[in-house]
Amino acid sequence: MRLGMNIVVLVKQVPDTWAERSLKSSDNTLDRESVDAVINEVDEQAIEAGLRLIEAHGGEVTVLSMGPDRASESIRKALSMGATKGFLISDAALHGACVMQTATVIAKALSTMEWDIVLTGGESTDARLAVLPALLAEATGAAQLTQARKVTVEGSTVSVERVNEAGYSVIQASTPAIISVLEGTNEARYPSFKGIMAAKKKPLQTVNLGDLGIAADEVGLAHATTAVTSFENRPPRQAGAAVKDEGDGGVKIADYLASRKLL
Amino acid sequence: MAEVLVLVDANEGAVTKATLEVLTIARRLGEPSAVVVGPAGKAAPLAAKLGEYGAAKIYVAESDEITGYLSGPSVDALEAVVQQSSPAAILAVTGRDNKEILARLAFRIGSGLMADVVDVAADGTTTQSIFGGAISVEGKVSKGVPVITVRPNSVAAEASPAAGELVTVAVTVSDTAKLSKVADVIVEAKGSRPNLTDATVIVSGGRGLGAAEGFAVVEALADSLGAAVGASRAAVDAGWYPHQLQVGQTGQTVSPQLYIAVGISGAIQHRAGMQTSKTIVAINKDPEAPIFDLADYGIIGDLFVVAPQLTEELTKRRG
Ligand SMILES: Cc1cc2nc3c(=O)[nH]c(=O)nc-3n(C[C@H](O)[C@H](O)[C@H](O)COP(=O)(O)OP(=O)(O)OC[C@H]3O[C@@H](n4cnc5c(N)ncnc54)[C@H](O)[C@@H]3O)c2cc1C
Ligand SMILES: Nc1ncnc2c1ncn2[C@@H]1O[C@H](COP(=O)(O)O)[C@@H](O)[C@H]1O
Repeated sequence: MRLGMNIVVLVKQVPDTWAERSLKSSDNTLDRESVDAVINEVDEQAIEAGLRLIEAHGGEVTVLSMGPDRASESIRKALSMGATKGFLISDAALHGACVMQTATVIAKALSTMEWDIVLTGGESTDARLAVLPALLAEATGAAQLTQARKVTVEGSTVSVERVNEAGYSVIQASTPAIISVLEGTNEARYPSFKGIMAAKKKPLQTVNLGDLGIAADEVGLAHATTAVTSFENRPPRQAGAAVKDEGDGGVKIADYLASRKLL
Repeated sequence: MAEVLVLVDANEGAVTKATLEVLTIARRLGEPSAVVVGPAGKAAPLAAKLGEYGAAKIYVAESDEITGYLSGPSVDALEAVVQQSSPAAILAVTGRDNKEILARLAFRIGSGLMADVVDVAADGTTTQSIFGGAISVEGKVSKGVPVITVRPNSVAAEASPAAGELVTVAVTVSDTAKLSKVADVIVEAKGSRPNLTDATVIVSGGRGLGAAEGFAVVEALADSLGAAVGASRAAVDAGWYPHQLQVGQTGQTVSPQLYIAVGISGAIQHRAGMQTSKTIVAINKDPEAPIFDLADYGIIGDLFVVAPQLTEELTKRRG
């Protein structure tokens, strides 16, 4: 019998949201070179959730990312927080992959590992799809436990609180399960100096499509299920009047709303 | 004419406004058919409205197992409708559940997903507004039957009466669809305010409110306008308001007719979730706050003075 839990945490490297993000006119894909790349912030909460689970139950956290070589920086960060080992899927042919391809490739990588739980962030700040975790459930046949603000594991049963606008639902499944977590699930720890030093020696395996047995002509921009045909940078919104309150600010807003027929 | 499936959202027994908007958009692509997925008896009370807004057919994909499990049974039910109807496209309102269900369906039938579009042309070309409205992107689903989710408030819903013929679909829920059991459903105190994502008017509060109690000012203003209430991340992080009502980069993206920001500075990540609102009004005591760079109208002043005065004035004018 295996001891503890095998957890895979998915992290995505994304352009910093503080920067002016853009698309490349050459092929309409995201410009990842001109801005700082950071770990998708909510993915740090997935890492934290994984670390807490192995602290409580024993086991290993493998950090997996699909992206350019530079995405290894995000994996190192996770290792410095305490994850056990890293796994990077990097291949030039993956440039411009759509989310369906990403799901297929990551599911393939997962099929080469032993795992009980896959933890992911709820949404990436660049694609803003929030569907990859559900797609992985579809592709791997594991249970979907997504958009969770709370994760509880007892034996092989996982319960999550899934929020909606009216409240939340408690969703329960047996492992294997794919869990995505929302902002506020927990407070992600900062890497310690010791953790940063230790991370340098932790194993990080890099694989390409060939290693996974995926043909290059099944993936990438040319074979994506969606295509961007054109894009246009929009002029920033024009600022209107900002008036200092002279004791009638509320009335002035009411007048403005009335003038715009918004009442 | 080709059939276009529209997955129906309902709230307390009524079709949502955003669903009517999607039915309106669907007419550009072909003949809309509404699809009601849910427990037995869900479709009947929705039928008249769906017909009024252009549904020639209403597929009734009902099973009491649907609400018992997350996603799986809904995907199975939709797949059954797709097999029965061979649609030209499949549309739904952008939403947490819908996006996951449609993504899984698209994966299963070998299609692509265009999420959160703000426009769809007759030839299937979609428009998305990304990075908080800074870039407008045109695209297409290039494989399989296009699967598309549409952001609420993208078009005005227009009635266009159609037959609204009820068509029953046999739903068989596979065992693999029953992996994630809904063990409990908890409705937290929720007044009669509209849903954040499809509200016509939103009043949001930020760190300027100073404390959870400060939201009373925002809620009173919202109620005088029949508006939904939103919050900035700083207010959510402080524990003053629930995360599901956060507006911005890592919260909800909203596009109402009117957005009133109260005590919110307007950081780039907040703007990313609200700057496509039609009209933006801000109340902030700092004349340098970036929110004023995009507000159509702003009052520089103390929100605890200005917002209650506005509430009182609106209540007076609206009688
Ligand atoms: C990856 C990432 C994702 C993020 N996602 C989001 C997101 O989804 N949504 C979001 O909102 N933020 C998000 N943020 C955070 C964002 O950068 C800001 O920190 C946040 O929006 C600030 O919230 P605020 O405007 O309420 O607070 P502050 O910036 O502190 O602004 C408070 C404002 O209130 C005004 N004020 C104070 N008192 C009064 C008074 N009495 N009367 C009038 N005005 C007053 C002040 O002048 C100030 O302008 C994200 C950040 C990152 C890095
Ligand atoms: N290329 C990728 N590599 C690793 N994880 C990813 C990748 N893309 C998405 N994810 C994970 O899936 C989550 C949701 O992403 P998305 O569906 O793109 O919004 C993210 O928070 C990540 O945890």
